[in-house]
Amino acid sequence: MNERRIISVIVSNEHGVLSRISGLFAGRGYNIETLTVAPIPNTNFSRFTISTKGSVQVIEQITKQLHKLIPTLKVMEHKEHDVDNIQKEMALLKFPDSESVADIDALSKAYNGGVVNVGDNVIVVMVADEPFRIKQFIKATEKYNPVEIVRGGVVAIER
Amino acid sequence: MKMTGAKMVCEALKCEGVKTVFGYPGGAIMNVYDEIYKQDYFEHILNRHEQASVHAADGYARATGKTGVAIVTSGPGFTNAVTGLATAYMDSIPMVVISGQVPLSLIGTDGFQEIDAVGISRPCTKHNFLVKTIEELPRIIKEAFYIASSGRPGPVHIDIPKCITAQEGSFDYPTSVNMPTYKPHTKGNVRQIKKAVQTIKKAQKPLLYIGGGVTLSNSYEMVRDLAAFSGIPAVETLMARGTLRSDDELLLGMVGMHGTYAANMAMSECDVLISLGARFDDRVTGKLEEFAVDAEIIHVDVDPTSIGKLVDVDYPIVGDIYKVLQDMLPIVKENLEHGRYEKWRKLLEKYKNLHPLKYEDSDEVIKPQWAIERIGELIGDDAIITSDVGQHQMWAAMHYPFNNARQWINSGGLGTMGYGFPAALGAKKGQPEKVVVNITGDGSILMNMQELITAAEYNIPVINVILNNNYLGMVRQWQTFFYDKRHSETDLSFGPDFVKLAQSCGGVGYNVETKAEFDKAIEDAIKVNKVTFINVAVDRLENVLPMVPAGGSLYNMMLEYKD
Ligand SMILES: Cc1ncc(C[n+]2csc(CCOP(=O)(O)OP(=O)(O)O)c2C)c(N)n1
Ligand SMILES: [Mg+2]
Repeated sequence: MNERRIISVIVSNEHGVLSRISGLFAGRGYNIETLTVAPIPNTNFSRFTISTKGSVQVIEQITKQLHKLIPTLKVMEHKEHDVDNIQKEMALLKFPDSESVADIDALSKAYNGGVVNVGDNVIVVMVADEPFRIKQFIKATEKYNPVEIVRGGVVAIER
Repeated sequence: MKMTGAKMVCEALKCEGVKTVFGYPGGAIMNVYDEIYKQDYFEHILNRHEQASVHAADGYARATGKTGVAIVTSGPGFTNAVTGLATAYMDSIPMVVISGQVPLSLIGTDGFQEIDAVGISRPCTKHNFLVKTIEELPRIIKEAFYIASSGRPGPVHIDIPKCITAQEGSFDYPTSVNMPTYKPHTKGNVRQIKKAVQTIKKAQKPLLYIGGGVTLSNSYEMVRDLAAFSGIPAVETLMARGTLRSDDELLLGMVGMHGTYAANMAMSECDVLISLGARFDDRVTGKLEEFAVDAEIIHVDVDPTSIGKLVDVDYPIVGDIYKVLQDMLPIVKENLEHGRYEKWRKLLEKYKNLHPLKYEDSDEVIKPQWAIERIGELIGDDAIITSDVGQHQMWAAMHYPFNNARQWINSGGLGTMGYGFPAALGAKKGQPEKVVVNITGDGSILMNMQELITAAEYNIPVINVILNNNYLGMVRQWQTFFYDKRHSETDLSFGPDFVKLAQSCGGVGYNVETKAEFDKAIEDAIKVNKVTFINVAVDRLENVLPMVPAGGSLYNMMLEYKD
């Protein structure tokens, strides 16, 4: 049975650490759904947030293997709807200006976002919400014929 | 002190107490070689291929327990070294490999002899470094040696751009490492150890499953003590041969694909399995669903990823086997009666006698198994045996009377043909008083035969016993068993004149067809004090038996092959 997990990894902010992590997943045949990374302010560390899917055994191996990497300080594993853990994802979507700005704006507000730009031919929308809600939003906006969808990947923090 | 990066490399090796370095120069590493020329603290051995340099450093490490060191140049020098890194990685061998790299200004420009070395070595090293500044060089070398030899050991690769070996900086070699992100577990959880001992206490049919980690952690004496006190029977993996004495009554032999019947039956029928530094490799377990189904499993390993990777474990103990056994032995001695398990041992004795290791000896042709047993009789405990990959390797592991840890050196995890000869050179450099014998095949020996020159030049007298079946024998055996005898591309009847080959490089060669010639050649080879090739014509169609066909269950062994 495959389960989804959000894994946060704190690593030394050094050369090649991204390739160590992505290479670990590729080399061992683990799946990465999303991956985000940024330095942790005022430290020498970066934080990776990875969403992945696998059996309980595979997830256990993934966390152990991540921990085994020399630059890894800490690995935290969370289920998708863990209560002790806040998970968010943002997304940017582009719609043709033939669609109704008002409708799209109203819908995106319900998903913690709004219209961020109305240009010559397109409307750009930003939303930020729980990962499953982002999926719902994308589904809900299908009828407005989005021309481009950019998902940001999951980020998570403990309460 | 101010000095160049190149000098720092030599000084750091000196600080690490390195006495022997294997390597091969080239453009990007020339600054370092210039400093090697000027120093006389360590000896540099010029192998004739970078792969051989890395295998030699690996053999040195396995024979001594110290960290092996190899130095190569960028590009092709490094790519040649990769098989050596992967071989050491799979068997957890402590090693530091230093490669030259194009200057920083050229990295990323497809410069001459530029290759993304750390990109290539990442999946086949414990860790790697690309040095970006002269300031970090001493710290990186210090960390490399620490990482290579601590926790679960493994090879570490340092890639140094040429501009950095030329640049001057101040050298102050660190006396300790400070790595907040790397703190290997060494001490096992004592509560868990106590629980494990209680489980062993209740067992009727316990079994020790001994792996290469026992050698790596230098714990073989404690394992002998544990076995002798408790009377628990034992099996050894390919990597663990020599942990118990070959004549120890508790030892059932090697386990796995070419294990003994008794060892594999014990694995299948035990009720408590005590794994010490073994990793449940597919060549050991056979079909996982039917592996040790009745057993509660205690797994001691320094690497948490090894535990629960393939088999569910009831008592995981993460720790260095040495430290775990230090805690465990007194508890065992307090709680267990000495030498129980009479019934279980009787049953296993029955299995031992039912299907012992056997082969049909012959007066017409030398049987490879006989040759190996004979080396055991002639040299015995004075020998370090290295090996290549194939039938000869399995026969050596099965039939040689190993009585010491570090006496048996082979590429178990990666199965690298061409490993044995250069590894023998490294072993001989590390243990010069031992007789080092590479038991090899006519296929494997050709993969690093250029090392004849190295051995002759530096007078490293190792004996290569080529069990010559004019076949890539192990592949031929699988073709016979599983591919209807279609011997596709495995016939090596067109081979070299091994005697002339050895002679042309300054060594000594022998052609052997009879048992008397065999004895004479071995005795002479020990005396001549030169590198030797003993080309032994063996029965071409001999098979390695017994065998568990790949993916089969351990208890379901093929004991015989009838044409
Ligand atoms: C570098 C490498 N290439 C291919 C193989 C696959 N392989 C395993 S055993 C073997 C045959 C080895 O022949 P030989 O050295 O003559 O040993 P024998 O089995 O005949 O004793 C081969 C080709 C390997 N293990 N390593
Ligand atoms: Mg052969």
